[in-house]
Amino acid sequence: MSKILDDLRYAESHEWVRLEGDVATVGITDYAQHALGSIVYVDMPEVGDEVTAGEDFGAVESVKAASDLISPVSGEVIEINEALEDEPELVNADAFENWIMKVKVSDPAEVDALLDAAAYAKICEE
Amino acid sequence: MKYYDKLIFELSRPGRKGYELPADKFETDGLKEIPADLLRSESLDLPEVSELDVVRHYTNLSNKNFGVDTGFYPLGSCTMKYNPKINEELCTLPEFTSLHPLQNPNSAQGALEVYYNLQRALSSLAGLEEFTLNPYAGAHGELTGLMVMRQYHKMRGDHKRTKVIVPDSAHGTNPASAMVAGLDVVVVKSRPNGSIDIEDLKPLLDDSIAGIMMTNPNTLGMFETEIVEIAKLVHEAGGLLYYDGANLNPLLGKVRPGDMGFDIMHINLHKTFSTPHGGGGPGSGPVGVAKHLVEYLPNPRVKKSEDGHFYVDFGKDSLGSVSTFFGNFGVMMRAYAYILTLGKENIRNVGPMATLNANYIKESLKDDYLLPIEGVCKHEFVFDGLKDKSTGVTTLNVAKRLLDYGFHAPTIYFPLLFHESMMIEPTETESLETLDEFIEVMHKVAKEARETPEEVINAPLTTLVRKLDETSAAKNPILNYKDLKNQA
Repeated sequence: MSKILDDLRYAESHEWVRLEGDVATVGITDYAQHALGSIVYVDMPEVGDEVTAGEDFGAVESVKAASDLISPVSGEVIEINEALEDEPELVNADAFENWIMKVKVSDPAEVDALLDAAAYAKICEE
Repeated sequence: MKYYDKLIFELSRPGRKGYELPADKFETDGLKEIPADLLRSESLDLPEVSELDVVRHYTNLSNKNFGVDTGFYPLGSCTMKYNPKINEELCTLPEFTSLHPLQNPNSAQGALEVYYNLQRALSSLAGLEEFTLNPYAGAHGELTGLMVMRQYHKMRGDHKRTKVIVPDSAHGTNPASAMVAGLDVVVVKSRPNGSIDIEDLKPLLDDSIAGIMMTNPNTLGMFETEIVEIAKLVHEAGGLLYYDGANLNPLLGKVRPGDMGFDIMHINLHKTFSTPHGGGGPGSGPVGVAKHLVEYLPNPRVKKSEDGHFYVDFGKDSLGSVSTFFGNFGVMMRAYAYILTLGKENIRNVGPMATLNANYIKESLKDDYLLPIEGVCKHEFVFDGLKDKSTGVTTLNVAKRLLDYGFHAPTIYFPLLFHESMMIEPTETESLETLDEFIEVMHKVAKEARETPEEVINAPLTTLVRKLDETSAAKNPILNYKDLKNQA
């Protein structure tokens, strides 16, 4: 059974968001890392890039497949998790601890439109 | 020599050689003409070995090879059927191998006739007007086909059409080819059985759509029963239909892509028409088109005049050239031999036998392996891993364990619609005994997964190279001998 944290918001495409002020921290879920298997590369945006909700901002490559990362929020990338450049397997170790990017969001209401933990758990069961 | 594991470089001894060259009668000091900064400063570091070293080395390596000639190879989506030896005999006739692509066509009439007749045979099997045999492989065929699609819209002055619709269950080459062709990819959702969701397709069909890429049967081995309706909708929207011929085998001589409404397709001669897959090549990816697209086919083209003379032609509306000369001719010879060997009647038995074999394995194993889609499949099908999910044994583990029992692994983790995909395609060339052996071993592995799971998880246990660390291999690849030496 995959781990789901109660205090986060989720996208159907298996990214999580933690909004603090106008900064959203984004990563992929435990369910996603488990489905992907051993992750060998995380293709991250650059600081200063603009991301748009619903569009891809990078990709995760595992021994099984490469998957696009879909941004759950719109805004400017203010930080990326550089540790993942050398150790992408950290995402497998703890997908919630090892976030991928931080975004200064242009519309915090976008986060409200995302799934809560219970709704996301339902999707994972299907 | 069972555990032979040397590299040719490791056999090298300074000064050892297996040849003797005559004195150089044309000795020059040509190196002086080359600017000093372009000359190598160190020697080439080629292996120095005797003839016997070379023979033993490559014979021992070849004994390690696993191919259709040594065992069952149920690699889904790849159609690993037997490659009859008569194909090899014909394509190595010196009358063909000694030809030069630049020689006068009048002195190469036989080769042009083979090219022309194969093109006609494929056209009749596909239900399309004409074929080009120039593309070198399946993905190259896809690219060529999409270039035909683009050329069609361009010649009509319809420049808005820049998008190609690709199902989310498609072969990965489809969206990749579309990107290379300069088109944008729009994904259409598939239903749980892998077929296209018409309701999801409809809103995507506008005047920006160049066409749609499909394979039928789809990547789950299921026939798209609504293909005629899909073709109608796409054509009404002004788009073209592209058929990915990877899954043509079950339909051969029975159903024709042209009759389903497809305008363009490629065929993998190395799948459906029994030519070798090789180590990634050479393949061949002929592209066929409907009547209204013939003039856009790549140059050169081979044509036949009314008096039976074959000639090389260059069309002015052609999309251009996609290959040097005419493609992989040796591969075409093999495919032509295969078609002639089977003949019009026997070729119709290929699909039903391939379909029967796949369904036989599927029904025999679904008590131990999770079958996500019930029903009759075509030439291949997909399991979603073991049925008993409590053992911790994954699809990768099962695939590796099969190697211990002397079978090639199926295609794994494709399609992406399931987490533990295991795609099995037996082809028509396997006997009932071979299928039964495979089924028995698959049951045995499932039993091991329940009783001694660590044995399966640690597999393979009997191969020269044990379980590979795929993460390190992907992250820190050692790509040449120099890297290996530096690491050691």
